[in-house]
This record gives sequence, C-alpha cells and structure tokens, in this order.
Amino acid sequence: MDLMEKNLELVEIQKLEGHTDRVWSVAWNPVSSHADGVSPILASCSGDNTVRIWEQSSLSRSWTCKTVLEETHTRTVRSCAWSPSGQLLATASFDGTTGIWKNYGSEFECISTLEGHENEVKSVSWNASGSCLATCSRDKSVWIWEVLEGNEYDCAAVLTGHTQDVKMVQWHPTMDVLFSCSYDNTIKVWWSEDDDGEYQCVQTLGESNNGHSSTVWSISFNAAGDKMVTCSDDLTLKIWGTDIAKMQSGEEYAPWIHLCTLSGYHDRTIYSAHWSRDDIIASGAGDNAIRLFVDSKHDSVDGPSYNLLLKKNKAHENDVNSVQWSPGEGNRLLASASDDGMVKIWQLATKP
Amino acid sequence: MTLGLINANPVVQAKKEGLVRREDQYRDDGVDPLEMTKYVRDIRDPEHPYTLEQLRVVSEESVTVDDKLDRILITFTPTIQHCSMANIIGLCLRAKLKECLQLHYKVDIRVSPGSHADEVSVNKQLNDKERVVAALENPNLRQLVDECIYSDEI
Repeated sequence: MDLMEKNLELVEIQKLEGHTDRVWSVAWNPVSSHADGVSPILASCSGDNTVRIWEQSSLSRSWTCKTVLEETHTRTVRSCAWSPSGQLLATASFDGTTGIWKNYGSEFECISTLEGHENEVKSVSWNASGSCLATCSRDKSVWIWEVLEGNEYDCAAVLTGHTQDVKMVQWHPTMDVLFSCSYDNTIKVWWSEDDDGEYQCVQTLGESNNGHSSTVWSISFNAAGDKMVTCSDDLTLKIWGTDIAKMQSGEEYAPWIHLCTLSGYHDRTIYSAHWSRDDIIASGAGDNAIRLFVDSKHDSVDGPSYNLLLKKNKAHENDVNSVQWSPGEGNRLLASASDDGMVKIWQLATKP
Repeated sequence: MTLGLINANPVVQAKKEGLVRREDQYRDDGVDPLEMTKYVRDIRDPEHPYTLEQLRVVSEESVTVDDKLDRILITFTPTIQHCSMANIIGLCLRAKLKECLQLHYKVDIRVSPGSHADEVSVNKQLNDKERVVAALENPNLRQLVDECIYSDEI
C-alpha cells in the first residue's frame, strides 16, 4: 500500500485523564488486542509517582482506568515496559529503583524491586525472550538483570562507558543486542560476542559518524530489526541501518551505519520516536506536535529517504514526551503522553 | 555555606523602587517581560543575602517574550565566570516561573553569552527538563531553591 497516496489524518479517539502531573511514558501490552478477543491495554507513568493501567472496553470501545499502581515508587516514574508475555510490567523511577509488577488481570502486585543504581533510573527494557532486562540511570551506567526462578532478579552486568546520564535503553527486537542513548550525545551498542553474557560496547554512534549533536532521547526499531530511528535535542531524527542477516548468521558484529537525517520538522527537543510494525515512524516533541514519516521508496544514490506523511500540530497543550504505536497489525492506534498530564489515543484513518 | 564563598565580594546594586512600563506593547492575556522581571528579581542569591536584581544577575533586559509562540527566554549573568551556583540560580528561576506562569509557556534559560566558563554545559543542564525535574525532587536542592525563592516571605 502506498501510504503517501492516501489522504490520512490522525483522529483523536479519546483523552485519558487521571494523572496529576506530567505523563512521561506510555507502553502497550504486547499481547492484548481485539484480534485475539482480549481488550487493548496501555500503561502510563507520571511525575505523580504512579502508573495507570488503561483498558479499552470491547463493547463501548471507550477507555477507562482499570487500576492505579501507587505507594511503591516515592518519586517520578519515568518509564515502564511490559515483558514479551504481557504478564509483567517493569517501572523505572527517579527513586533509584525498578519495580516489577505481576499482572493478575484485574490486579497488579509489585513482586520485586531492583535496587543498585546510585540515583534516578530513567528507562527499562526487556529483551525479546523475556529472560533479561536492562536499566539505565543518571549514574551513567547500564545494568543487565537476569530473570531467575521465584521472582528473583540477578544483576548480570554493569556496563560503563557513557560519560553522562543515560536516557534510554532498548533491546534489539530479535537479537540480544542492547542499545543505550545518552546526554553525552551518543548511542552505544552492547553485545556479547561469545554469548557468555560478557557484554562489551561494540560501537559508539556519535557526532563524528553522522550522529547527534545533543542529547539522544530515544531509540526505536523497525519490525525486521535492520533499521532504527533515534531522536534528539538537536531537533533531528536519524535513521540507521545494519546488515542484520550477517549478525543473525552469527558470523560477526555488523556495524550500524547512518542512512539519513530528518531535520526541520520539529523546532523543540524531540523526546520520542517510534517505528510501527507497518513502517510508519511517529515522533513527539517539545513543540506539542506529533509527526509521522514513511519511507519514500525512491532511494537516491545517497541512500533511503523518508517523507513527512502527516503533521499534527497542537497534539497536546504541552510537550509530547512519548509516542507509541499499538502492537496489533492494521488497526494503527497511536498513544501519546504529555506534560499537560494527558494520555491520548489516536487512530490513523483515511479522510472521509 | 560551610565552604568559603564562591564570590565573597559581589557588586551590589540598589533596589529599584518599581519598574515603569514604557508602553503597552503586549497583548492583555499575554506575558509582559516587565511582569516576568518582577517575578524573578526578588529571588535571593544562593550565597548572599541579596536579590538577583541587586547583584545584577537579572535585569529588565533578561526577559524576552515571544507571545505568538508562547515562549520565554531568560538570560542571567552569574556574578563571576566560575560561579558554581549558576545551576542553582537557574533552578530557582525555573521553580519560580513554574509557579506563576500558565502551563503552556515554554521557558528557556541561559547564562548570558560569555558570562560563564562552562556556558554550554550550564545551558544544556538547565534546559534538560528531565534533569531539572530530578533536581527539584531532590530534598536538599529543593530546600535550597525554596529558601531562595521564598526569601521575602521568611
């Protein structure tokens, strides 16, 4: 389908009110979607120290707050991430801890608290199999935690190398390769060559290799895992690519190479970028706007290029901190979180 | 402060009686730079019993307002090039403005060009909202900031 030929719009389905401070991040439960008869579920976390779990009714299609996870974190909850099974939710907090919550359907219980970072934990990510998670902090380190029996979590590695606080960690969607981005303007790639858990920094993407010139806030991968998008305080989005087949064959590390830079689309810090399963990149920024981009399919000699598909100015009344596509194929819901305290659910639809 | 003062002998300027509005060039529901200056000039310096206005850290020229885009730029001048208090002063400005501004205003805070040895890093830190939030959630820093911004009420 050629998206560029369609007349698309981003329609606001519902505004989810409840948080009493800025909302930092949203995460879709990966196994919930109408397709399998389970209602879509979204988690949001906030400067009000809580996490809210939202569910869409399969009858009325309206969203309601199912439960509030509170009284565990004593400071801002900066980010949250569902395990691949959708059974666990990890929450990273400025209180220096990461909470692990078990999803009992109607209730959530905090079954473990990961302690070790010296100060604010900013991001948490599960690997594809759910056997590991990674956290990062203002203390400049990235930690890898192994999931053990009986709700136990063991610190398997402490990765140092960033020279400033680490903003986000993200595992590759299919392989055990970890990515981190930082206030030091770089993206680091961590990999264990012998699969022995000895993770090393195998690549640093910085300004000298066409990287960002200011804080890198977020990373997201396409479904195939051979491309990623990063966004930054330098007001650009960058697309990177690698030879994923080479990596998957176990031959050797295949480096990531800068493919193109999208600039001039946001005029304040870009806090979030997310690549959908059907190859639409969404970005959210400090200019209150959301932008969508697609591959133009007209690769020039300089490599691929991406075109603006749609712009939504005033998507929120304040900074957009997080944009996330729903995991389901086809129905294309987008969730956004903002400094205005709201979470919004959007649908990408063809104009009538 | 148990350590020695960073700048033991700052230049102190007399307090102004009241700023006079020159002309009504700003829309009624917008923000007036003069109003903004009034909000921030009485913030007390983190290490001196003087206000930011008395130390010439902020002045009438410190505030620039873009009413069309709802953006405000505040520049301040630390009393000395190596002022380690610059970050605290910036936090005080952020905290004070958060209290008196409507949510939709975007505020950028910078040290005036050439006024600080670590200008780039101070500016970067003061405009990273995540770090600002984290700093203001820190009880010790919060107390210091509160002492500076509520000094006239204590």
